[in-house]
Amino acid sequence: MSASLAAVAYIGATILFILSLGGLSNPETARRGNLYGMVGMALAVLATVFGPRVTMAGVPWIIGAMLIGGSIGLYAARKVQMTQMPELVALMHSLVGLAACLVGFASYVDTSIEFTGAEKAIHEIEIYIGILIGAVTFSGSVVAFGKLSGKIGGKPLLLPGRHWINLFALLVVIWFGYAFLQAHDIAAGMTPLVVMTVIALLFGIHMVMAIGGADMPVVVSMLNSYSGWAAAATGFMLSNDLLIVTGALVGSSGAILSYIMCRAMNRNFISVIAGGFGTGDGAAPAAAGAQPAGEVTSVSAAETAELLSAAKSVVIIPGYGMAVAQAQHTVYEITRLLRDRGVNVRFAIHPVAGRMPGHMNVLLAEAKVPYDIVLEMDEINEDFPATDVSMVIGANDIVNPGAEDDPNSPIAGMPVLQVWKSKTSIVMKRSMASGYAGVDNPLFYKENNRMLFGDAKKMLDEVLGVLKG
Amino acid sequence: MSLTIGIPREIYAGEKRVATVPDVVEKLIKLGFAVRVESGAGEAANFGDEAYQAAGASIAASAADLWTGSDLVFKVRAPTAAEIAQIRPGTTLISFIWPAQNPELMQQLAARKITVLAMDALPRTLSRAQKMDSLTSMASISGYRAVIEAANAFGRFFNGQVTAAGKIPPAKVFVAGAGVAGLAAIGTAANLGAIVRANDTRAEVADQVVSLGGEFVKVDYEEEGSGGGGYAKVMSEGFQQAQREMYAKQARESDIIITTALIPGKPAPRLITAGMVQSMKPGSVIVDMAGEQGGNCELTVPGEAVVRHGVTIVGYTDLPSRLAKQASTLYATNLLRLTEELCKTKDGSINVNFEDEAIRGLTVIKDGEVTWPAPPLKVAAAPPPRPAAATPAPAKKSAHGHGESEPMAGGTLAVIFGVGAVLFWLVGAYAPASFLSHFTVFVLACFIGYMVIWNVKPSLHTPLMSVTNAISSIIAVGALVQIAPPLGAAAEGRPSGLILGLAFVALALTAVNMFGGFAVTRRMLAMFRK
Repeated sequence: MSASLAAVAYIGATILFILSLGGLSNPETARRGNLYGMVGMALAVLATVFGPRVTMAGVPWIIGAMLIGGSIGLYAARKVQMTQMPELVALMHSLVGLAACLVGFASYVDTSIEFTGAEKAIHEIEIYIGILIGAVTFSGSVVAFGKLSGKIGGKPLLLPGRHWINLFALLVVIWFGYAFLQAHDIAAGMTPLVVMTVIALLFGIHMVMAIGGADMPVVVSMLNSYSGWAAAATGFMLSNDLLIVTGALVGSSGAILSYIMCRAMNRNFISVIAGGFGTGDGAAPAAAGAQPAGEVTSVSAAETAELLSAAKSVVIIPGYGMAVAQAQHTVYEITRLLRDRGVNVRFAIHPVAGRMPGHMNVLLAEAKVPYDIVLEMDEINEDFPATDVSMVIGANDIVNPGAEDDPNSPIAGMPVLQVWKSKTSIVMKRSMASGYAGVDNPLFYKENNRMLFGDAKKMLDEVLGVLKG
Repeated sequence: MSLTIGIPREIYAGEKRVATVPDVVEKLIKLGFAVRVESGAGEAANFGDEAYQAAGASIAASAADLWTGSDLVFKVRAPTAAEIAQIRPGTTLISFIWPAQNPELMQQLAARKITVLAMDALPRTLSRAQKMDSLTSMASISGYRAVIEAANAFGRFFNGQVTAAGKIPPAKVFVAGAGVAGLAAIGTAANLGAIVRANDTRAEVADQVVSLGGEFVKVDYEEEGSGGGGYAKVMSEGFQQAQREMYAKQARESDIIITTALIPGKPAPRLITAGMVQSMKPGSVIVDMAGEQGGNCELTVPGEAVVRHGVTIVGYTDLPSRLAKQASTLYATNLLRLTEELCKTKDGSINVNFEDEAIRGLTVIKDGEVTWPAPPLKVAAAPPPRPAAATPAPAKKSAHGHGESEPMAGGTLAVIFGVGAVLFWLVGAYAPASFLSHFTVFVLACFIGYMVIWNVKPSLHTPLMSVTNAISSIIAVGALVQIAPPLGAAAEGRPSGLILGLAFVALALTAVNMFGGFAVTRRMLAMFRK
């Protein structure tokens, strides 16, 4: 295959990738979008393998690597549970980061392509930055994976003066970058490159360690973005436009997702990108906020079932607790039962519910909940006053009225689902413990609120039993 | 020490309600109280002595026995002189009292050295107190019953029908006063299929009327009629003139009129004159719910249903009592909520805590001392003429799938453009041409990504991430070109083995992503269904 043919194939692949992302705008076209992505990827790989840059000597190696990686990937994709999607995605990000690092090193030690003058400098900067982003993505994603799967505690680790540490790390990276550019041969350049890689790895760990469990949607989409930038940097390094375009697409996609997540939590985008995150210094102990007074009214599963069957309109608000308890199937059973009886049951999804963007949607889809009754916050918030029962399953901060009423609340200004406006709200929780933000929730003390304490799955099974009986 | 709650039989003529019901008795006992019910107290409301006993109450054979053995007495109607004579000093009485209308009753009660909580004196604007608001629960029963009484006296269907025998027009109902009772009447009549119109001097209730299926009729005159505390006030002469015209028109058009207009501490306003009654169609019905306060209709006879000019005018003053079982249950629940407030410790003792605004408002006599009227609520000082626009919340429109939600401030935009221009200038000044062509591609691709991604539905964010993840394995191309490039003379000194190893591992890693990412996205998307 000639160089021109390969270039045309790359353009085709680029178009297919753009169509693939565009197809995801809607569940009906999303499947086709995914197919476009696969075709584009196949086209890109084949065009490269049969293109001018690869000789036949490499083909056995290529097939071998693809077989090993591909079978692991397919196995993981088949075995993963939908509640574990965030972990899987984080892990995959780390692979992209690591691959970017390896390609960067390989490119640096490769002497077959000679550059001179400004081109050499640019090429070396590209390598340097590519490895930097790759390393941060890799270690950050590994830590995120650990946090999401519970292998590392969800509590943010806040080192004293961590912003100064980060700044210092950045200065060291720039200093070694200068040293790297001054190096005359590969052996001399290797030291600064390795030192920088280690710093970048540490920085990635530090950045994600400082972030609390419920901020994970931002982190996961941010790492998604980083993995794209790593691919784009690799593209610059290898002068490959396909990589640049694809990396830029993925990078901006992740950046927009993290922007959406930030806005859903009323946080500053810049502070997240910089990794200085977790509200940290000032607001951490939220005891300063007004402690809501009053009593909570608890109900039993039987009373919950009674409330639900007496309602005409029900809104279910799932949160991470539903994912932890794996309660989505029971939720759907209840939904189906109520809908068969003519109750208008709908779901309200807060943008940051769960541990990654759209996490709840996927869980509900897995449980076969039709997507047209699953609504976004903006679509449903106005309907709460006309709702008889809102059922909050394992969510807390996203339904906290303090975010709207109490300007001193650490989550003030965060858009929330206004469940307290419905006639009755039922909050399912394991205990009275506060959410990750450490803020007490005035919702629990409202007169029209009922608490159903216990494991979400167990309680919902009981509710379902009563409804059926 | 556990107190005894006594429930006497209501002796007021025609009163069928009772102050507690067996379901509530159980809950009172759980609060630590003993409950004693006079024999036959619940009979008129279909609650037999056995039902009370089954719930854990004891039965007192006579009224005298009950009054002397009780520490707390729950009643519906205010006690008569004979009953007051039997009250033991130190007792707490909870009942309807109407202290403003019954000063001599207050005197007699105070003389007995007792504590009296008047259910009608509850500060109704306190949202916390709503659960104890028996005026509201009684009023909504009255509103319902008023429609039933009207339907009973009215010779036609409420709902319009087209039958084989011809077309039946729907009944037209006009409700004057959209308080709790009026709203209940509107809802009930609308549910029966009637065309319902309603009017109230408080313009803010128009939405509530509409929400219950009624149509709000405005008086053609500008004046705000909220008298504070959720009640209406007396209106000006000009307004009343306009209102009379409106009522006259409604009287001519309506089949049924239900009036609920009351002004606290004053006789009920005369809304329907004899002339208006005369103008109504024969067979029409007026239910005057203000009969006790003199009636909204000139021809009302309180407590009776009479026919004048062919129009049935129902002036019953005991509407809640006519739905005795329901009224007793709701009233008993209101009292239970009050008891819970009085007995926070749940040990069967009460604390008449004057710090609590609700209880302070309710208490009209404490230990023989008249404490009525209570000082006005501090929090209820909301200015009655509220600004028309109810505090426009800073409704930031989220930009899900819509691109920019609001234009950025000019200054910020200028800074961004400025920084961008400097960066571009730096790139242009120092970077070689080969870099620039890649850079162009990169910048444009970022913009394409920006445009495309905003259109993705939030529900598909997880599939989006896994698909972008799969696509980012395009890095495989980078590994591929390093595995076995066609080498010329430059092969000299190239650590081919090391590069091959690195590229091989990188390729295997990206292959995990490539296959895994697309496969898991496929699996996820297959689950999304309508």
